[in-house]
Amino acid sequence: MTILGFPPDLLVLQAFTGLALGAVYVLLAVGLSLIFGMLTVVNFAHGAFFMLGAYAGVFLLAAGGNFWVCLVGVPLLVGAVGLFVERFLVRRLYGRHIDDPLLLTFGLTYVFVELVRIGWGKQALPFDAPEILQGTVDIGIGYFPLYRLFVIGVTAAVLLGLWLFIERTRYGLIIRAGARDPTIVRVLGVDVGRVWLLVFGLGTGLAGLAGVLAAPLQGVSPEMGTTVLAEAFVVTVVGGMGSLVGGIVAGLLVGVTVAMSALLLPEMSKVAMFLLMAVVLLLRPQGLFGRAGLMS
Amino acid sequence: MLSVTGLDAWYGSAHILQDVSLEVKRGEIVCLIGRNGAGKTTTLKSVMGLLPRVRGSVHFDGQELLGLPAHARYGRGLAYVPEERRIVPGLTVRENIRLGLVSSPIRSREGQVIERIAETFPRLRERLDQQATTMSGGEQQMLAIARATASDPAMVLLDEPSEGIMPVLVDEMFELFARMRDGGTTLLLVEQNVELALAIADRAYVMDQGRIVHADTARNLLADPRIREEYCAV
Repeated sequence: MTILGFPPDLLVLQAFTGLALGAVYVLLAVGLSLIFGMLTVVNFAHGAFFMLGAYAGVFLLAAGGNFWVCLVGVPLLVGAVGLFVERFLVRRLYGRHIDDPLLLTFGLTYVFVELVRIGWGKQALPFDAPEILQGTVDIGIGYFPLYRLFVIGVTAAVLLGLWLFIERTRYGLIIRAGARDPTIVRVLGVDVGRVWLLVFGLGTGLAGLAGVLAAPLQGVSPEMGTTVLAEAFVVTVVGGMGSLVGGIVAGLLVGVTVAMSALLLPEMSKVAMFLLMAVVLLLRPQGLFGRAGLMS
Repeated sequence: MLSVTGLDAWYGSAHILQDVSLEVKRGEIVCLIGRNGAGKTTTLKSVMGLLPRVRGSVHFDGQELLGLPAHARYGRGLAYVPEERRIVPGLTVRENIRLGLVSSPIRSREGQVIERIAETFPRLRERLDQQATTMSGGEQQMLAIARATASDPAMVLLDEPSEGIMPVLVDEMFELFARMRDGGTTLLLVEQNVELALAIADRAYVMDQGRIVHADTARNLLADPRIREEYCAV
């Protein structure tokens, strides 16, 4: 039996591949959404932070670390760069037109890409998954690369942690309230500037994690952030700016769309996700979950 | 407790407050009255640190507040209930109350605080886990007061708390203010509902065009129909 000329289990496996791809998008989109929801900053450097994550992984490996060290160390390193960028650059632009931080982060992208070219060269570098995660595993319908399964698992765990953080801790309460009404949070004793700083660090740290997770899937190059940025924005728009659930659903949806179109309509694969976005925007201009509360 | 001296404030280039001086003693209810646009809200915002350009002196509990950001003023025991109430959508009643505690050293005693609030505001008790913005305007106002007082501040600035609220709740609210004062909380109250406000206040200031134009005890002002007609007729 075949569907559209393909055996069904191949289609299911390809959908799974899409989920792994989508997991990376989700991590990016959640960070973008958090930063936009809290700071009203459209972070055009998000793709660059993703790329920095991959190179931070390369750096840690060269310094004698292993993949597991990278998994913890990369988000911390990239998040620290994010803290620095917010504290000394983005912060100066609060209260100004939304284009100003957009242009700043757009420019930062070029700075980061050039710095990485100076440090590691223009060539793409290989990045191996640790041996224990190489190979394939039988998921019932066929063999699936273990590392992709691992990416889905890590993303799920990180999202669960993030959800608990936002829903159950007092910092999360401050974030949820501050996204809606920073003034009331200020008059209730919270230094909103510090919250914005931490949110920017958190969002960029997640982008870094996405970068190092994606490195074994696609290799490492200075330009790797450019394409993924477009995908991350599509996910954020499809899911609804500022919605955590929207980011998750849309990320997986876009991932599967990209993977399936690559298999079924290869000539359409570059356009498929934009078609998806156009359809969603026509039916629900605010995105799939755009009306739900910010980060809820 | 609060001593404002020679306060000037601007919105952009508009000079809103001119040489405002007022004093609120510990355990007093002081009322600010005056027409719309007289500068009452601006005075409260300046005291709370929400205006970008302010000159003069705001002394609170022995310390100068001018130059401190709003969040630090809350930390010194000064709370503010804005006119628009600003109940946070998407949060439950309980979460809105917790928001008043997130920065407070007593946040570890959240259970006790919520119990105390539920006693003071019986209307909130059965709605603790309800979405806060589904409540009536009066209930939301009660919540805004509960949230601002959760951390047990020494002084509360209240901006038009009775605006747009059912009369029966207004009476309840003014009784609550009197009880808060008796419990040791100092209040600075901006009110259009002048008669009710003066009935519970100790003293009042009358504002007009960004200046304090009159100050007296609440009792004397209540007895002075000229003042009421001149400044409070809507």
